[in-house]
Amino acid sequence: MEQTRIPLVDLRNISIAFGGIRAVDDASVDLYPGEVVALLGHNGAGKSTLIKILSGAYKRDAGSIFVRGEEASISNPRDAKKYGIETIYQTLALADNVDAAANLFLGREIMTAYGTLDDVAMEAEARKVMGRLNPRFQRFKEPVSKLSGGQRQSVAIARAILFNARILIMDEPTAALGPQETAQVGELVKQLKADGIGIFLISHDIHDVFDLADRVCVMKNGQVVGTARTQDVTKDEVLGMIILGKCPPGATPGPGAMQIAA
Amino acid sequence: MTDTTSNAPTDRARTTELSPIGRFLRDTEIDTRMLGMVGALLLIWVGLQVISSLRLGVNPLDFDSRTFLTFRNLWNLSVQASAVAIMATGMVLVIVMRNIDLSVGSAEGLIGMVMGFAQVHFLIKAVGLELGNPWIWALALVIGIVLGLVIGGLQGFVIAYMEVPAFIVTLGGLLIWRGAAWWVTSGQTIAPLDANFQLMGGGPQGAIGAMWSWIVGLAACLAVVLALLNGRQQRKRFKFPLRPLWAEAFLGTITCGVILGAVWIANSYPWPIGIVRKYAEANGITIPEGGLFIAHGIAIPVLIAVAVGIIMTFVTNRTRFGRYVFAIGGNPEAANLAGINTRWITMKVFMIMGVLAAISAAVSSARLNSATNSLGTLDELLVIAAAVIGGTSLAGGAGTIAGAMLGALLMQSLQSGMVLLGLDTPLQNVVVGLVLVVAVWLDTLYRKRV
Repeated sequence: MEQTRIPLVDLRNISIAFGGIRAVDDASVDLYPGEVVALLGHNGAGKSTLIKILSGAYKRDAGSIFVRGEEASISNPRDAKKYGIETIYQTLALADNVDAAANLFLGREIMTAYGTLDDVAMEAEARKVMGRLNPRFQRFKEPVSKLSGGQRQSVAIARAILFNARILIMDEPTAALGPQETAQVGELVKQLKADGIGIFLISHDIHDVFDLADRVCVMKNGQVVGTARTQDVTKDEVLGMIILGKCPPGATPGPGAMQIAA
Repeated sequence: MTDTTSNAPTDRARTTELSPIGRFLRDTEIDTRMLGMVGALLLIWVGLQVISSLRLGVNPLDFDSRTFLTFRNLWNLSVQASAVAIMATGMVLVIVMRNIDLSVGSAEGLIGMVMGFAQVHFLIKAVGLELGNPWIWALALVIGIVLGLVIGGLQGFVIAYMEVPAFIVTLGGLLIWRGAAWWVTSGQTIAPLDANFQLMGGGPQGAIGAMWSWIVGLAACLAVVLALLNGRQQRKRFKFPLRPLWAEAFLGTITCGVILGAVWIANSYPWPIGIVRKYAEANGITIPEGGLFIAHGIAIPVLIAVAVGIIMTFVTNRTRFGRYVFAIGGNPEAANLAGINTRWITMKVFMIMGVLAAISAAVSSARLNSATNSLGTLDELLVIAAAVIGGTSLAGGAGTIAGAMLGALLMQSLQSGMVLLGLDTPLQNVVVGLVLVVAVWLDTLYRKRV
């Protein structure tokens, strides 16, 4: 049924190698509007690398990216942002020495009529979005290096949703968060989903994401093991995919699926 | 079970209790680091005054004309500090971006030679301008600035796009530009320079006189008041917390007081008797009984340095470019992922540095009234030291223009104070070296606590 719709993002046969290592090897994955796709796999399975290709941080060696059915040329982060692709990086990618507002608007500053930075307007916007995301956040004047891990993470999340993202990539978004904030991020994901935004959720822990995701895509050694709708597979089966590369009956196998000799 | 919820109105960590001084600093939002720098500068000035007075056996409070705190010495100090202060503003941006520029002294030397050659030989003999034509100094300056832009752009390109470390590129530049400076005239000194060009170096003619100094000072005070009012207006627009009124008034008064005090000092240093006599003869004035008092006023190089400082502060704080420079210094990868063209920004920073080296070359060659191929030797170290003493972190991401300029003034105060005390040059170097290390050590302590 979903085949009739045009995917928001379609990554086809993406490959990239660093030195002699094929970090991502012929990987294909797609994402529909209002859908959450969890990318799962061990550390070093190639999840983050694949997603960095989509966000423009890395240049792919082979393969193509389609956004809303049209081939997209993404060769740097600016290109990706033009297609409405926003990313929350595992490392957060914050400039530690400037304040929250400066980070939120980094690369897209609000300017005054004279072409100077409108810090006051940016701070006002920052207060608005942070108020929605993390009402307890009050430290707008301090460099983000002074903030706690959770506060820094909310700044990174706020930056991604501030500019009407169509496609959101969340790389381990809850790594530094406590239970309450994690629940908040879960709520946020549902809310964004309802707005028709497509979300890639990356995690090495399936418990974090299994309930939030519509589909899972498992990677191992740079290859896609398989893709499955979460209602068709159990957590144990997904664990089997992650650990052994064994593709269960409910999933569509990828090139990385374990070949059964029999 | 006891109720664990508190009645505190806000749900967050308690703020620490502040002493009266702490509250004062919070309300006025004064940068304590800057305050420390000003304190250190005053301490050095008072110390040099006391030592120089004791050496002569006079009371430090008499402000004897041979001691440190005299109008003449402070005026000269401001002129001598200008060249280093101008370049230090650019070095702040370079170091904030986690780079370094070791070539500024050599670039200054080459540009000084080229400007000297242009005004004394090229523009007169090849272009055919008459001696004293006001276009000479302007064209010479433009040639210098363009050369600075090219030198900076070249180094910046190699650093940003060819990814050679800045340390190596500018170390190469240090040798290359110094060698090139020699080639301009095969080592010959060019002197004297164009009369108009010389005004950029200070001296009795190269100062704007008492009346204009007061006008500049009052205009600056007006600008300070307007800036404070505008800041308040902006905060009101978005209902942000305001500074208490007394704090605003205090800041305004202190800043205006410092500005007018500096003007008063500049206006209290009279022309030397010989020059007054010549001036009186030329203008047909009879010198009265007690001598004629003609004040220097603010020196033109100082005005240039202050203007550069204001422009560079504006660029760092109020423009996209400045914001990006700091973001790149804080986290280059994050800046790149945010879509900032980090290479182009890097190249631009080095181009600015080159232009500032050209302005410094103009000021210092004009002050010496000659262009020599040794002009600016070791200036790169003074410039880096000024920036670092002024709070620029070599790890990148932190630094202020005003701090670097204060750092330049501090270094120059020490140096000219030691000359006044008759210290040998080797000992002077020992002291400057120690001060640099101690200043950075204090800064490290400060950063750990705050």
